[in-house]
Amino acid sequence: MQIKPILAALKRHKAGTVLIALQIALTLAIVCNALIIIRQRTEHLSRPTGMIETDLLTVANRWVGVDEKATPSLGKTDLEALRGMPGVVDATYANSYPLRGGGWSTSVNITPEKKKEMAHTTLYFSDDHALATMGLKLVGGRNFRPDEIDWVDPKAFDTTPVVIVSKALADKLYPDGSALGKVLYHSGATKPSTIIGIVERLQVPWTGTWAGNFAENAILIPRLLTGNFGSYLVRTQPGQLERLTKAAPALLFKTNRMRVIPDERGVRTFAQVREQAYKSDRGMAVLMGVVCAVLLAITAAGIVGLTSFWVGQRRKQIGVRRALGATRHDILSYFLTENLLIGAGGVIVGAVLAIGMNLWLVSHFEMERLSLLYVAAGVVALLLLGQGAVLAPAMKASRVPPVEATRSV
Amino acid sequence: MFAYYLELALRSLKRSRGLTVLMVLAVGFGVAASMTTYSVFRAVSGDPIPWKSSKLFVPQIDMWGPKGRSNNNEPPEAMDYTDAMALQRAHRAKLQSAMYQVSPSVVPAGAGKHPINVSGHAVYSEFFPMLDVPFRYGSGWGADADTQRAAVVVISHKLNEKLFGGANSVGRSISIEGKDYRVVGVLDDWNPQPRFYDVVNTGGFSSGNEDVFLPFERAIDVGMPNDGNTNCSEVPAESGFVGLQRSSCVWIAYMVELDDAAAASAYRHYLDGYAQDQQRAGRFGWAPNNRLRNLPDWLDAEHVVPSDTKVSLLVALGLLVVCLVNTAGLLLAKFLRRSSEIGVRRALGAQRSAIYAQFLTEAGIIGLAGGVLGLALTGAGVASVSWVLPKDIAALARLDVPLLLLTLLVATAATLLAGLYPTFRASRVQPAWQLKSN
Repeated sequence: MQIKPILAALKRHKAGTVLIALQIALTLAIVCNALIIIRQRTEHLSRPTGMIETDLLTVANRWVGVDEKATPSLGKTDLEALRGMPGVVDATYANSYPLRGGGWSTSVNITPEKKKEMAHTTLYFSDDHALATMGLKLVGGRNFRPDEIDWVDPKAFDTTPVVIVSKALADKLYPDGSALGKVLYHSGATKPSTIIGIVERLQVPWTGTWAGNFAENAILIPRLLTGNFGSYLVRTQPGQLERLTKAAPALLFKTNRMRVIPDERGVRTFAQVREQAYKSDRGMAVLMGVVCAVLLAITAAGIVGLTSFWVGQRRKQIGVRRALGATRHDILSYFLTENLLIGAGGVIVGAVLAIGMNLWLVSHFEMERLSLLYVAAGVVALLLLGQGAVLAPAMKASRVPPVEATRSV
Repeated sequence: MFAYYLELALRSLKRSRGLTVLMVLAVGFGVAASMTTYSVFRAVSGDPIPWKSSKLFVPQIDMWGPKGRSNNNEPPEAMDYTDAMALQRAHRAKLQSAMYQVSPSVVPAGAGKHPINVSGHAVYSEFFPMLDVPFRYGSGWGADADTQRAAVVVISHKLNEKLFGGANSVGRSISIEGKDYRVVGVLDDWNPQPRFYDVVNTGGFSSGNEDVFLPFERAIDVGMPNDGNTNCSEVPAESGFVGLQRSSCVWIAYMVELDDAAAASAYRHYLDGYAQDQQRAGRFGWAPNNRLRNLPDWLDAEHVVPSDTKVSLLVALGLLVVCLVNTAGLLLAKFLRRSSEIGVRRALGAQRSAIYAQFLTEAGIIGLAGGVLGLALTGAGVASVSWVLPKDIAALARLDVPLLLLTLLVATAATLLAGLYPTFRASRVQPAWQLKSN
């Protein structure tokens, strides 16, 4: 295939060529960056929390008209009632849980020096029933003993002699894997906490990018928080979840009426928690996906439209070429090559644009760097899209009969 | 003449139906995507109190020192009790109020009713005039009620509806956390978004209600705990709510009204003087590092507009640009294909301006049709943003007349813009050359 005559022909359609190339370039730039957003948002969607998420119920509870000092005894009564319900395997009370959205985060170190933060972590305040209720897998050490549990005012909480940590945090603090039995210092405290157990995985309450670098750093503290707000977690027997979604809050109200369980997000199965936690991530990914689809469709349609015009315009020339001995295949490949040339010009500019746009986005928003792999994939995709779009008009062109040469317009 | 161009344009558009549909679709989708994301952006980036926002300021004091500062040397976003009270006592601004979020229980009258949980803020009397809070009945309380720690309350009309059936309840009493409070005012509809007076605790947008406002010192007196965020650089020495008041933990929002630049600079001067005093007294071991931002700057510094809405708007605008480039390319091809027709018209004496009018009319029709399609798609888009965005924000996006007009305007103007170059090329067609080649 000779490229020179194609280039010569394109020179006569400079503006149209430039517009198509520009469109391809912009499409590539936007699609690449939209893909990065999609990847960034969907990458975490399937991240495991470390809990057994089936048959798990969460109930947000707020005491009203109750003195803060009375909440421990009320909480104990609630927990006993919940654990005694038919269909309940175990229940616990906690300040927060994975994907809840709000919680406690702090710094952690292996020396009492305040200045240097080795890692950031979340703190879960719960009791010896937490592992069983949440379905966490202990990979080393032991669970809390009942005598290690106590209630504490959150505003006066300092530290505890023992803690259980997630494996991710244990490995971060003691990379040689020797964390069990060693100490850590959190929240700038001067008193050490000994690591008595390590759970395989435990995610933080947040899903946002800001928590991305400590997403699996968690410390379980053997303390229940006084204060009027917290969540009950209930593990049910298989098949009992739906019934308990209604029965558990009803029982709590029967135990004590001085409480509010919010209408919205008050009682949620963990499946609902997960869905709501990732709603905006999924939404953003869907939005970007729709934009990409529309962009590609419009660009493809634009190529079809413009090439059809060019084919219509050049019917006579095509006829002449055919009459002079060019095969159908020659005509077909002429238009395919022409499109490839325009596309190549477009994607070169587009790749530069995509990277520039990404750099700007990275500096202004919480965006990830664009990997060249994405650009390469985008380039191939757009070139293929162009070839696909041009195929129909090119086929039409190849069917122009040689006799066209003899007809005047 | 316009009617004639209209007819010509319609005829030309009909001649190549597929292409016309394609252009209308492109304009429609591009405009709808931009307008939908813009409706959300407009909702979240709006000025909640436009007539006054430049006079409202948020002071920040660096009570934590270098170890508590964030990366860009910013002092804490909120205030601790000690400094908020010092500012309140000094009373250097025209109007000012410390405030903190509360969530007390209210017991409705009538036996056997569940207590209900309401949210609100503990504020000073100047909160109401400072923020131009509208009242349906009564008013805020006076400065004397602040100092006397009076048991008075301002309630929302929603709570008034629930407790008193919507009647004028000024003078009646309600039970909050087991104590009686006299209602002095009932608010009219007031739900500013973003919740600018306490961005730190609400994150800017909140679908919740503000049902009660109580005197600040009264709430402190009865030990009504704060329901908002508490940030500490070190663990408080004492426990409980009193311990929190004596700590350097920050949990109080603060806002002042300063009517002109001189007042603002005087207040800034006062803040620096205050920090220097604290430094001399040994409480702060560092030089003053205060901030005094007006409301728009404060909302900006707090990143109240979620970056998702900005990114989606940018991407949607990118889509619109691609759609317009697409339209420009197609119009160019379409117009130039009619070179011979243009040649004949020009040879028969048509001015270049006549060619411009004819082809821009055609582009305008496509734009208008795209706009109408865009309207429908924008409607669908705005209706479905709740599917994509958090509820607090999605609820703010709405379709109104200005947005409808803007959609049509953007579609038409953008398509005319896209049609300019193709029309320019069409007007440059050489009549002689065209006639000869035929």
